Amino acid sequence: MTAVATAVPAGTARSRQLAGTGALLRLALRRDRVMIPAWVLGLGLVVASMGSSFEALYNTAAERAELAGSMTANGSLRALYGPVFSDSLGGLIAWRMAGFGAVLAAVMSLLIVVRHTREEEETGRQELLSAAMVGRRAPLTAALLAALLANAALVVLIAAGLARSGRPAAGSLTLGLAIGGTGMLFAGLAAIAAQLTESARMAKGLTGAVLGLAFALRGAGDAADGTAGSPLTWASPLGWAENLRAYADERWWVVLLFLASTALTVAAAYALTARRDLGMSFLPARPGPAAAPRTLAGPFGLAWRLQRTTLGGWTLGYVCAGAVFGGIAKGATDMVGGNRQTREIFERMGGQARLTDAFLATMVGMLGMVAAIYAAGAVLRLRGEETADRAEPVLAGAVGRLRWAAGHLAVAYAGTVVVLGFGGLALGVSYGVSVGDLGRVGPVPAAALAQVPAVWTLTGLAVLAFGLLPRATTAVWAVVGGCLALGWIGPSLKFPQWAMDLSPYGHLPKLPGTEATAAPFVWLLALSAVFLAAGLAGFRRRDIG
Amino acid sequence: MTKPIAPAPAIRVDGLHKSFGRTHALDGLDLTVESGEVHGFLGPNGAGKSTTIRVLLGLLRADRGTVRLLDRDPWHDAVAVHRRIAYVPGDVTLWRNLSGGEVIDLYGRLRGGLDARRRAELIERFELDPTKKGRTYSKGNRQKVALVAAFASDVDLLILDEPTSGLDPLMEEVFQNCVAEERDRGRTVLLSSHVLSEVEALCDRVSIIRKGRTVESGSLGELRHLTRTSIVAELAGPPNGLSALPGVHDLDVRGHRVRLQVDTDKLDAVLRALGTSGVRSLTSTPPTLEELFLRHYQDDVRGGADRDRTAVAR
Repeated sequence: MTAVATAVPAGTARSRQLAGTGALLRLALRRDRVMIPAWVLGLGLVVASMGSSFEALYNTAAERAELAGSMTANGSLRALYGPVFSDSLGGLIAWRMAGFGAVLAAVMSLLIVVRHTREEEETGRQELLSAAMVGRRAPLTAALLAALLANAALVVLIAAGLARSGRPAAGSLTLGLAIGGTGMLFAGLAAIAAQLTESARMAKGLTGAVLGLAFALRGAGDAADGTAGSPLTWASPLGWAENLRAYADERWWVVLLFLASTALTVAAAYALTARRDLGMSFLPARPGPAAAPRTLAGPFGLAWRLQRTTLGGWTLGYVCAGAVFGGIAKGATDMVGGNRQTREIFERMGGQARLTDAFLATMVGMLGMVAAIYAAGAVLRLRGEETADRAEPVLAGAVGRLRWAAGHLAVAYAGTVVVLGFGGLALGVSYGVSVGDLGRVGPVPAAALAQVPAVWTLTGLAVLAFGLLPRATTAVWAVVGGCLALGWIGPSLKFPQWAMDLSPYGHLPKLPGTEATAAPFVWLLALSAVFLAAGLAGFRRRDIG
Repeated sequence: MTKPIAPAPAIRVDGLHKSFGRTHALDGLDLTVESGEVHGFLGPNGAGKSTTIRVLLGLLRADRGTVRLLDRDPWHDAVAVHRRIAYVPGDVTLWRNLSGGEVIDLYGRLRGGLDARRRAELIERFELDPTKKGRTYSKGNRQKVALVAAFASDVDLLILDEPTSGLDPLMEEVFQNCVAEERDRGRTVLLSSHVLSEVEALCDRVSIIRKGRTVESGSLGELRHLTRTSIVAELAGPPNGLSALPGVHDLDVRGHRVRLQVDTDKLDAVLRALGTSGVRSLTSTPPTLEELFLRHYQDDVRGGADRDRTAVAR
């Protein structure tokens, strides 16, 4: 031990707490050599290439002004995308991309930080590392530095890409900072969550819930106030991202909000690290029952036990989101009439029906698309159980493979119905109460449930990957993300129909407000069943592990 | 103690092959475990023990060869077979939010059922706290959870994959007692282990595998027979013709003093040859179990002759 001690250059206690940070950072970058470049390049290029898309779509100043005016005038559209601060080409890019990019940068950052902190502790790998010459603060520092590098690369890519395509440099940098700044703040929040929870899954879920709350606050605030000046908007980091006002009147001081809040969250995470033991959290483990309840008897009971908390969280989140969006639905009728651009966009997004219905249909569509994240996660629990060696002893019991899989799949498929049903009910009731007409509640939950076949198609795709390509299950997330991106940014970019048709959501009628035919539902359900059957057939034949 | 009369062996594996990509994990492995015996399953790390066990459990599909477990095909009849077996993996992972007691009951219910009295007794003997959550158990305690579930289950065959690697010596003794009780009830045990004293104390027969093949199989006595005995002798006269005898190795003659090693099945001829010179003193050291195993664990032990004597004692 003395030999090691003398090998360390004399330093303060603080610097010794950081010992090994460089090595851990290199390890993190090595492990993420695919993930970080994929995120940064994918997101950076989408944002940077947005200039030419808008240029092609709205090539005259008059067209842009009309779009900007109509978008800002309508409360419900502001809830989705925020207000337009400038009708320049750059202004439209910022309007369309600030929120989208910020959300994705936040997801990227939280994944990076949790992966290199709580996940390492949970799997026991950190113990081995920490037993070497690694300081107490080194793992967290390395994770945050990895996130910082990723976000910095994102800022540079976006700023340089947009500036090169002819947009003003100041605005390009501001947009980059809005996205990267949100990313770093969520890196800090994820660092706190990683100290509070004991599992990586919970840390990601907690940070994801904060992101959802930030989205809802900004949406509600922007719906109420056309200048993004509502206190609700300012309470959300996503509101700061738009309030940087890239390509309009840039407010550089908002960057300080990101800096200060990131510093604060990072400091809090460090303070928490210093006060806890490795592998432990602040939520102490309570003793459990000495014997299993009657319900915990087979694969179904086990799957329900393992997944019920997640399902409860999603349902609660959907009820809250439905209540918020139902409450602002009335704002859709505040529409400045006769604006062709807006109506066109509305029609593409929400069908040809009355505008309120179109708004509700848009919200229902959002709920449907996001529900795929739940469903895919519930299916991929199967793979998680398998790789963690917990499936093996269960399958060594008198449990057929199909029955074991059916337990988790039942939760995934039925859970989708539960999540969408409750979300749609909350949306409908909240809307009915706000217009004082509970007779209009009914069609909304029905419309939400009409999203189920599309979600199940992606669920089936996850089963297919699990059964036939178990090592490539991460690709399922790319497909789910691609469908979300198509649904979110596709309509205002006038994507061709074949592109929208790639997503199962592109085939659904816009409900409520339009006539529904059985054909798309039948096709989607059939496709979903084929995926499911093929995936299960593959799973029966393959090796476990 | 009455053993049920079972004509078919509990486990019978012939010429098992299994590849993962280009790696040949199992290369013609044979294994026979008779009903009612405790069978030691030995081999260096990476020899293919766990892969064999996963094939036996129907978790991996055999590329070639026949596998019979309780006279059934474990791949096609997995559920029916699993109702009668209990498995303890080498690396027990538990669900973080389920208590040990819940996991024991769950595993029991997933098999043929659980003997509640035996469960309580085993928890006592293994000094296990069943109310702790999965994430708070140490490695040894996680193994105890799986062991209690296995020993309390109503099954015919126990498959234990290095089950004691995390147990302290006291618990190791409890484990050995439990295995002995299982044998006395007529149950079959396949025990993969690196603890040689444990194997020596418990196993009726052992199979040693290396690089995916069975290199030795038989009772411990039979296996000892296949190895060399060291002999040091003080003779009355010069030794006669020892070097010409088959099975003699490392002969070292200094005057009337002889040191040699001899294949144990050739011992007779050597003793007779020594006797012709008149023996004043004789020390004979039988092979230790360690020597026996190390010989097979090491990579290149004096050519392939030893390896060809596969399954002599069948």
